[in-house]
Amino acid sequence: MAFTERQIPGDGTLAVAFRCPGCEREMAMLTNPYETKLVSGLGVKIGGRTVPEQPMELLRSNLEGGRPDVFAEAEHGEAEHGEAERGHARTLAWSPAALERLDRVPSFVRGMVKRIYADWARERGIAELTPEIMDRARTDLGLEEM
Amino acid sequence: MSRRIRSYHEVGPAGATIPEQVAAQRERLAHRLAAVGSVVVIASGKGGVGKSALTANLAAALSARGLRIGALDSDLNGPSLARMLGVVGARLTAGSDGIVPPTGAGGARVVSMELFQDAPDAPLRFRGPEADGWVWRNVLETGTLRELLSDVAWGELDVLLVDVAPGTDRIARLLELVPDPAVLLLVSTPSEMARRVVARSLRLARDAQLRRIGLVENMIAWSCPACGARTELYERAGPSLEADGVERWCEIPFDPRLARSTDEGNPFVLAYPEAPAARAVSALAERLCAELSLSAAGA
Repeated sequence: MAFTERQIPGDGTLAVAFRCPGCEREMAMLTNPYETKLVSGLGVKIGGRTVPEQPMELLRSNLEGGRPDVFAEAEHGEAEHGEAERGHARTLAWSPAALERLDRVPSFVRGMVKRIYADWARERGIAELTPEIMDRARTDLGLEEM
Repeated sequence: MSRRIRSYHEVGPAGATIPEQVAAQRERLAHRLAAVGSVVVIASGKGGVGKSALTANLAAALSARGLRIGALDSDLNGPSLARMLGVVGARLTAGSDGIVPPTGAGGARVVSMELFQDAPDAPLRFRGPEADGWVWRNVLETGTLRELLSDVAWGELDVLLVDVAPGTDRIARLLELVPDPAVLLLVSTPSEMARRVVARSLRLARDAQLRRIGLVENMIAWSCPACGARTELYERAGPSLEADGVERWCEIPFDPRLARSTDEGNPFVLAYPEAPAARAVSALAERLCAELSLSAAGA
């Protein structure tokens, strides 16, 4: 069976669709909130990862009451990490609306989320991140929870 | 005729990514620990015997010898090492190689759950289904501990000290991530209750075939600062753990200043280097260096 689609309705459940490469028959796996949490607690993504695992991703995504100012990763300079070796342009701009939307992300994970969006945009040669571009990235990366 | 069902590792692309992701996590952990000369685990099984204070002071004593030391507080629910090494409130940098740990009193790099929480009295809570958290909580805690080991840019270390929470199960959990630590220091007090609990941890360690196990007996006696008269704090009711065949590496006398200065983020071995308890910890640091073939200037 080959993975075809993953849906996260937002109520803690998970739906994953698979297709038989031989007969095209499709089947779905549904998990309850506990099963979903159990699997996500392993730090793995069903269907594969669309973005590389971020440092302390599991803790940052799951900790309740995270210290807002714990990470000093530059809100505007974080993208500089590793850029030189990856050969990416360093001129990624964020529109005011995109920054406003980013500000609504809890500060404990904001730097991580920003880096994911920035990496996605750079890999596509996008010069400015806007809310629309962020929507595309979310869909493309399967980041329905971010 | 019996049917053969393909195993988890044989299923097609749908499931194959999961083992790959788990393998990638293990590789990352192994890669990180490859830069660590020796992992020294400080555990007991019993709570309140002074594991964290010992870890903090040992970190300071080893750092004072010019060694590159990391100190990981693996007690996720009752963290204290950040406070004891004076890094509470420190900000962390997420670099390309991982989270850069703050440098604590004496020079050790420190990571503790307390750094990540927004209040000093905040219990460890994860987002998730409110009811029946026991179903997934232990998995998340183990994953968090894995991240504290593998996602922290510890850098090249001579020794990584790992302070383990009370409970023999916590020792077992750590050994699943770090199966072959260079040394296990088992911390006890002379009380019979502590001895019984630590004996369980000792058995677990032997079952895991750990190479070096040293007993640290803490709070053995109090010496009057005026006349020097020694008072035993516990009356030994049963045999010592040495009767179980574990070698005593260190005895630390009780000194109320140890708890006070360590709680203030000022390791006792640095604040009162001539005190008997500080000298005992320093001697333990020497013993560790000898066991691990570490010279004072580095590995």
